[in-house]
Amino acid sequence: MGTELLVFYAFAALAVAASLAVVLGKNPMHSVLLLIVSFAALAGLYIGLDAPFAAVVQIIIYAGAIMVLFLFVVMLLNAHREDEPAALEAAGGLTRGPIRTGAALAVVLAAELGWALMKARGANDGMLSAGAGADAQALQSVRSLGTVLFTNYSLAFEVTSILILVAMIGAVVLAKREL
Amino acid sequence: MIPLYLAQFGMIFAVFGLLLLSAAVMVYSERKVAAFIQQRYGPYLVGPKGMLQPIADVVKLIFKEPLRPLSADRVLFFLAPLISATAAFAAFAVVPFGAETTLFGLLAEPISLQVADVNVAVLVIFAITSVSVYGIVLAGWSSNSKYSLFGALRSASQMISYELSYGMSLVSVLLLAGSLSVTDIVNAQAGMWFGVIPKWFVFLQPVGFVIFIIAGVAETNRAPFDLPEAEQELVAGYHTEYSSTAFMMFFLAEYINMVTACAVATDVFLGGWHGPFLPLGFGWIWFLVKIGALLFFYLWMRWTLPRLRYDQLMMFGWKVLLPVSALNLIVTAAGVIYFGY
Amino acid sequence: MVPLGHYLILSAILFATGTMGVFLRRNVITMLLSIEVMLNAVNLAFIAFGRTQGHVDGQVIMFFVVTVAAAEAAVGLALVIALFRHRETLNPDAFTSLKW
Repeated sequence: MGTELLVFYAFAALAVAASLAVVLGKNPMHSVLLLIVSFAALAGLYIGLDAPFAAVVQIIIYAGAIMVLFLFVVMLLNAHREDEPAALEAAGGLTRGPIRTGAALAVVLAAELGWALMKARGANDGMLSAGAGADAQALQSVRSLGTVLFTNYSLAFEVTSILILVAMIGAVVLAKREL
Repeated sequence: MIPLYLAQFGMIFAVFGLLLLSAAVMVYSERKVAAFIQQRYGPYLVGPKGMLQPIADVVKLIFKEPLRPLSADRVLFFLAPLISATAAFAAFAVVPFGAETTLFGLLAEPISLQVADVNVAVLVIFAITSVSVYGIVLAGWSSNSKYSLFGALRSASQMISYELSYGMSLVSVLLLAGSLSVTDIVNAQAGMWFGVIPKWFVFLQPVGFVIFIIAGVAETNRAPFDLPEAEQELVAGYHTEYSSTAFMMFFLAEYINMVTACAVATDVFLGGWHGPFLPLGFGWIWFLVKIGALLFFYLWMRWTLPRLRYDQLMMFGWKVLLPVSALNLIVTAAGVIYFGY
Repeated sequence: MVPLGHYLILSAILFATGTMGVFLRRNVITMLLSIEVMLNAVNLAFIAFGRTQGHVDGQVIMFFVVTVAAAEAAVGLALVIALFRHRETLNPDAFTSLKW
């Protein structure tokens, strides 16, 4: 087993474990922090996929900004304790039965998705041998990324900037006390 | 001949040790500089001219009793100083502090004086300084005390607000240098114009340099932006409930963040290790001189300027610094296209 | 060499985990976090496929996904704050006034 495969399994196990803990955890504060761990594991995977810029952007934006936002809201709303299962039932929440069925269905979903994705071309080949021009250096170059971003995807880029503006205005307006 | 990987491994320990040493030197010089600005003697009893004072401080802190409030969240209370200190050290991993050297012939091929040579090094520094926000926020939240919470919230908002100007002034330099690797940026500043003025980016980007320094001061929670740990207002801000080694971690993190910010400013704006009169192999001496000058400026500012109020701070960051840095970026971009740099 | 299939299966597992979180958790913030988990799974698939094809489009699309996730998280959290002011609870089952 090569070191690459070992590193992949390590990061993948960390990502899956952290994501499961996020979803199943009772304390939203801990969920937020475990999600940051999951992001870090995924960033490690991106570096293995010759995408260092994507990895760093993931840390800066997701782990550095979006999660701080979540943290602020959790602290502001004092949402550090989810209700006990008994109170949940009384409030019309989910009981044990639906939760177990849901988990089983999630496993079925994962199996289906995995099967469907494995039908992709080149799913069983090694990463470097597949694809046209699998040139690691060219992929890593931020210059090529910028060129593609600003030529082929320039419309999406401009629309995204307007989207962010709208989201900013919307967030400010929605969270105001009185309009 | 020392094999390369051994040298790189040794580099990790060397950088770690140097950072700890620099933290100790910073503790001492802060107290001495503060003393001289306030016209008194600083520490002068412990060791010659008080130079062993940091060691005395560390020993005192280690011997104190570690306390934890009963209602504090245990895991987070323990983790927060670790996150702060780890992020502070990790950010220095991609900062080069000397030219490629063979360590006076010991090595077969030259290595750069840098723990890891990543080709997106600038962004890695930025990413790790973004993560250091969490140490402060978690410290404030997990202490379960109102002083800590307010300090943490103020500090987090301040840090994420000034990160934008920090990043944008860095991007203006990236336009001039054409690469994200810090080593490339430093090497683009080699040489001199007219034989007199060094080709440092600070002369091409004076506004950017000023913005970077201001944002760096805000990022490291130093005066005049140190409201999060304002002694007169918030008891001690986010580290009120910490004592002993955890407190030491926070202070270590703060000083090392300062050193990292100055090191990045030196590399990116002041030409790193390039300087006259010295061969490139001794460039690290110039690096130390430049960092020393910037750190002295930090200390000078702390004991001279009054503290900004929180709303003044936020207003300054969003309404003044951000538009100025965006304008700087636009003008730089126009200049690069026009002059074809 | 890590085969592409490994990354895809990991992506599928993460996506299913996120979906499970969105459907089963009764806390609005945890639901939003599960949505972020799903978006991350999708990002991983994009970058893996982009690497296989040998061009950077995978990373470009990942940036757009990250940006949209940021915008959506901001608006979603503003909504959570606004809702919390009304009912003082983060349980989505408490907001049933439109039910007939």
